[in-house]
Amino acid sequence: MKAIAARRHHRQAPVVLLVLALLVMGGVYAAFATTSADATVVTQSDDDVEAGRKLFAANCASCHGLNAEGRQNAPSLVGVGAASVYFQVSTGRMPMQADAPQAEAKPPQFGEEATRQLAAYVASLGAGPAIPTEDQVDPAKGDPASGMALFRTNCSMCHAASGAGGALTQGKYAPSVLNTDPAAIYTAMATGPQSMPVFNDMTLTPEEKRDIIAFIDAQKEGAPGGLDLGQIGPVGEGMWAFIVGMGLLIACAVWIGAKSS
Amino acid sequence: MSTNDTPRHDELVVTHAPEGVVDPGLPPHQPRLGDTDPKASKRSERIVAALFGLSVLGSIGVIVAYFAFPPGESVSSIQQSNMFLGLGLAFCFAGIGFGAVHWAKSIMNDHEKVEERHPQRSSDEDRAAAVEVLKEGAADSGIARRSALKGGLITALALLPLPVALPLIGNVGADWDVSKFRHTMWRRGTRLMTDPTYRPIRAADVTIGSVVHVIPEGLHHDELESDQSFMDEKAKAVVLLVRLDERDLKHTEGSYHGIVAFSKICTHVGCPVALYEQQTHHLLCPCHQSTFDVADGAKVVFGPAKRALPQLPITVDDEGYLIATDDFSEPIGPSFWERVK
Amino acid sequence: MTTTRLERASAGTADFLDQRTGIGVAVKNFARKIFPDHWSFLLGEIALFSFVVLLGSGIFLTMFFVPSMTEVHYEGPWAPMHGVEMSEAFASTLRLSFEVRGGLLMRQIHHWAALLFMAAIVVHMLRVFFTGAFRKPRELNWVVGFTLLILGLAAGFTGYSLPDDVLSGNGLRITDGVVKAIPIIGSYMSYFVFGGEFPGTDIIPRLFTLHILVVPGLILALIGLHLFLVVLHKHTQFPGSGRTDGNVVGFPLFPVYTAKAGGFAFIVFGLITLMAATIQINPVWNYGPYDPSPVSAGAQPDWYMLFLEGSLRLMPGQTEYVIGGYTLSLNVLIPAVVIPGLLFTVLGAWPFLEAYATGEKREHHVLDRPRNAPTRTAAGVAIVTAFFILVLAGANDLIATHFEMSLNDITWAFRVLFFVAPVFAFWITKRICLGLQRRDRDLVLHGHESATIVRLAHGEYIEVHKPLDEHELWLRVNYSSPRPIEIEPAEDSRGVRRKGYRADRIRRRLSEFFYADRIEPVSAEELAAARAHQAEHHALLEGGGRHSAALPAEESTSTTVDVEATSDR
Repeated sequence: MKAIAARRHHRQAPVVLLVLALLVMGGVYAAFATTSADATVVTQSDDDVEAGRKLFAANCASCHGLNAEGRQNAPSLVGVGAASVYFQVSTGRMPMQADAPQAEAKPPQFGEEATRQLAAYVASLGAGPAIPTEDQVDPAKGDPASGMALFRTNCSMCHAASGAGGALTQGKYAPSVLNTDPAAIYTAMATGPQSMPVFNDMTLTPEEKRDIIAFIDAQKEGAPGGLDLGQIGPVGEGMWAFIVGMGLLIACAVWIGAKSS
Repeated sequence: MSTNDTPRHDELVVTHAPEGVVDPGLPPHQPRLGDTDPKASKRSERIVAALFGLSVLGSIGVIVAYFAFPPGESVSSIQQSNMFLGLGLAFCFAGIGFGAVHWAKSIMNDHEKVEERHPQRSSDEDRAAAVEVLKEGAADSGIARRSALKGGLITALALLPLPVALPLIGNVGADWDVSKFRHTMWRRGTRLMTDPTYRPIRAADVTIGSVVHVIPEGLHHDELESDQSFMDEKAKAVVLLVRLDERDLKHTEGSYHGIVAFSKICTHVGCPVALYEQQTHHLLCPCHQSTFDVADGAKVVFGPAKRALPQLPITVDDEGYLIATDDFSEPIGPSFWERVK
Repeated sequence: MTTTRLERASAGTADFLDQRTGIGVAVKNFARKIFPDHWSFLLGEIALFSFVVLLGSGIFLTMFFVPSMTEVHYEGPWAPMHGVEMSEAFASTLRLSFEVRGGLLMRQIHHWAALLFMAAIVVHMLRVFFTGAFRKPRELNWVVGFTLLILGLAAGFTGYSLPDDVLSGNGLRITDGVVKAIPIIGSYMSYFVFGGEFPGTDIIPRLFTLHILVVPGLILALIGLHLFLVVLHKHTQFPGSGRTDGNVVGFPLFPVYTAKAGGFAFIVFGLITLMAATIQINPVWNYGPYDPSPVSAGAQPDWYMLFLEGSLRLMPGQTEYVIGGYTLSLNVLIPAVVIPGLLFTVLGAWPFLEAYATGEKREHHVLDRPRNAPTRTAAGVAIVTAFFILVLAGANDLIATHFEMSLNDITWAFRVLFFVAPVFAFWITKRICLGLQRRDRDLVLHGHESATIVRLAHGEYIEVHKPLDEHELWLRVNYSSPRPIEIEPAEDSRGVRRKGYRADRIRRRLSEFFYADRIEPVSAEELAAARAHQAEHHALLEGGGRHSAALPAEESTSTTVDVEATSDR
C-alpha cells in the first residue's frame, strides 16, 4: 500500500488513473455487452442475408419450411441465432443425412462463406447468440485450470472426464470434443444443440467458455503415462490387461512348458 | 480300499482302462538338438549369456535415464522420464527371466523324473497314538472332571471380544446420529448458487433448455459454520436446475416459470445424476443408467432406481434471484431402512 | 582336486546353518522335489509374481503417498490443476506422478500388476476348476484359493479408492448407497464405514490401513498356506501313460524348476514394467480431485468389480418395497449382495458339492480332461458366461457408443441374456463334451483315418484306419466315468419308512444331474471285437487281390464304406 501511496504523487499518476478508469469502464461495458449479446441481432450486410436466404430456400427449406418456421420433424429456426447455424452447418450436422437418433458430425457441405451467409439469414429472423470472435475462442488466452474445474462439473458427465464422449439414452450420445474446432465448442455451449443443454453467458461467461476451450486444447499434448487407450477408463485398461498382459504371459508360459527342440 | 493298514503308495493307483489295455509307461525321451550337437549346445549358452548381458544393459539404462530424463514440467518430459526408466527396468527384468528359462530349457538335464506319492492320511498307529496323547493331556488337565473350570473358561473367552470391540465400534461411527442425512443445508430463503463458480442465479437469466449445477448459498469455505463439513454438506445439497418450456411441465408446484430444481443425488445408490437431454427432458445417471423425466417430477422412466429425485421447491427473492422455499421434503439419495419413518 | 574358495565358503555357511537349524534334512527332501511341467501350471505363478510386484511397488508408493483428506491447494507443475483445492491424498498422488522420479512408473506398475493379479487368479481358478484339481485331497486348498480371490477383490477395492479422485470417489458413494440398503442396520453401517456422514474425513486413512496392512497381511499368510499345501500334496499332473495317482512325473525343483519359475518371475516383472512404461493407467489427473457434484461418463470400476456394476445396472428398479413403513431395497440388495453371494457360494462350495454327488472317497492326483467331466465343464462355462454377461453389462454405455447401439436396448438384451445365455452355454458345452467323448470312443475302436482308400479283392472300398499307438490309447481309455449313485429304497423289508431317505433322494437327484447323461466307456469286449474286425481286414488285405491305388481323400468320401482297416500290429 505504501508503494501505491508513494506513486500517487507521481506526475504521470493522472494518466495512469485515466487509463485505469477507461479500462474499468470498458470492462463493465464489455460485461454488459456480452450478457446482452444473447439477445442482440448481430447486424450483417443485406447482401449476406439475401444470399443466405437463397441458400436456405434451396437446401434447408424442405424440412425447416420456407420461412424457417419449422415442420413436424424439424424445429423452427426463428431466434436460434447465428451461433446455432455455425455449429450445425460447420460441423456437417446439417443438412441432416438420414433419420438417426441424432444428427452426426460429418464433412461440412457448405464452405465458410456460405455458412456465414446462412447464419446471417437465420440471425435476421430473430435475436439469438452470435458467432464468437477469434479472440473469444483462442485457447492460448484461457486458463486450463479454471477450465478443468468447469468442465468437470458441467461437461464431463456426458462427454467423459477427458472429453472422449459417452452414451445417452436410446442410441443418442455425447460426441468426443477432443478434435472439435474451438468455435464449434463455443457455439455448442451457447446454443445447446440437440440433446445438449444450453450454457448461456450467465451459466458460463464467455471467459469461462474460453477456459473450457483451453482445457480441451491442453488434452492434445498427450498422455503423460504413455498410450491413452482411447481415454475410456477402467474398461479399456481391463481389456488390455487381459489381451496384452495375460496374452503375452500365457504365451511365455506355453514357451516355458514346451519341450525344447 | 482298506482303512486298517498303513496307507500304501499303490493304494492310490486306480485303473479305469478296459481289461487287456495296460499302461505302457512314460514315452521315451526325445533328445534335444543340443544333446547331440555340441555346436547347438554352445549356441544356447551364448544366447543365455547375451540375455543376461541385456539385463546388465537395462540396469545401466535405468541409471542413465534417472539422470538424463527428469520428469520436468511438460507432458512430453514426464512421458519420456516414465518411458525410459520403464524400458530400462523392463529389459533389466526380462533379460534375467528369458535367460534363466532358456538355460533351463536348452541346457539343463531334461530327463523327466518320477517321484512316488503317498496317501495324505496318517497310518492307523499314528492316529491311535495321537488320540492317546490327547487323552493323556486332557486327563492331566483334569478338565473332564471339573466342569466349573470348563464353563468358566468358555464364558471368559466368549466375553473377551466384547471389551475389545466395544471401544472400537463405539467410536468408529462418530456420533452415530444417523438422522443427519435426513436434512441438508437448504432453508427457506437460501439462494441458489452456481457450482463451482459460486454466483447467485437470476431467474431471468436462465434460458429455456439451460442446465445449471447448483449449491446452496453458504456452502463456501469462508462461510461455513464450524460444525459443518464442506464435503459432507455438499454431498447432500447438490442440485440440478433446469428450465423447460412451462407448457412441458406436468406439475408446477415448487417450480418457477418452468425452472425446476432436483436433488442431484440418485435415489438408487447415490451417484450424481447429471446427464440432461434437453429435447426429451430426460435425466440419465452415468453410473447405472437410471433415467428420470424432469418434465414429470423427475419420475423414473428406466433403470434400477425406484423413486423420483426429491425436488427442491424454489421461487425468487426481491432482487429476482432464485431461492429455495424450504429443504427437500424427503431425505435425498439412496434408500435406507428407516427412510420413511 | 582341491576345493575352490567358493566351495569352502559355501560349505562353511551350510555347516553354520545346519548346526543351528538342521536345514540339511529340508534341503535333502525338497531340493529335488518333482514338479510336473505344463504351461497351465504357471497361471497361479503369474498371480504370485504379480503379488510380489504389488508388494515392491506398493512399498515405494507408501513412501510418498499421504493418506489424508485434509484440503490443500495444488501448487505443483501440472498446469490444469494450478490452485485447485484437493485432498492431501490426491495432491500427493499428483506429486508421485509428476515430481517423484520413477513415481509415475511405480504407480502404473502397481496398477497394472493389480489388474494382472486378479486376472491371473481368475484364470488359474478356471484351470483348477475345469481340470478337477480341487478334488480330494485338495478341497481345503481350493477354499484357501477362493478366499485369496475375495481378498484380492478387497485389496483392489481399497487401493482403487485411495487417490481420492472423482472416479473412485463416486465408487465410494455407490458403496455408501449399497451399505445403506442393508436392512435394519444400513444407516449405522454407513456411519461405521465412513466415520459419520459420507464422505467425512476418515475413509481414506481407514482404507489405507486396510490396503497396506490388513489385507496384504492376510493375503501373504494365505499364500503361504496355499503353497505349503501345494508342496504337501505334491502337484497334480495331466493324464497320460506313465502318470498315475500314485506318482508325480516332472523336473526337480533344483535346478530346473528354480530356473523356470524364477525366470518366469522375472518375465512377469519385465512385462508388467513394459506395460507401465508405455501404457497409461488410471490417469487421476484427468478425473480431478473428488467433489460430490461432478461425475464422468464411462464411470466404471476396475475390471474385477465390473460384474457388480453390471449387476446393479441390469436390475429393474420396481423391486424396491416399503413394508410396514420400512424400506427394503431389493433393487440394490439382489444385484449387489444376492447375485455375487450365490455366484461365490457355488464356486466356494463346488468341491464339496461334487464329492457329495459322486460319493467318491479316493484321492485324485491325475487331472481330468474337461470332456470327461461334462457336467462340471458345462457348469463352469455357464458360470463364466453369467459372469461375462454381467461384465459386459457393466460396460453397456461403452458398447452403446462403440457399436452405435441404444443403451436401453442393450440393457434389455442383457437382462434376458443373463438368464438365457448360461442355460444355453451349459447345454451346448455338455453336448460338445459328450461329442468329444464319443469321438474318443471311435478313435479307440477304429483308429485314425489315414485318408488312404483301398479296394478289396471283392470290389469293396475301405479307408485304411491307423490304430492308436499305445500311449494315445491309454490316454483315451483310462478315465473314470461315474454313474449316478444308487440309494437304498424308501422302505425297508418290513415296510417301515427309512430315516434319512429324503436326504438320500436329494443326493440321488444331484448325482443324476451330474452323471445321468454319460457315454459308456469302451469295454474290454468291444475292444476285442474291434481288434478282431481289424484282423479280418488285415487278412483280406494281406491275402492278395490288393491291387488298387490310394485315392485322394476328398473324392473318396462319398464312396467310402465305414469300415476299419488293417493293423500292422
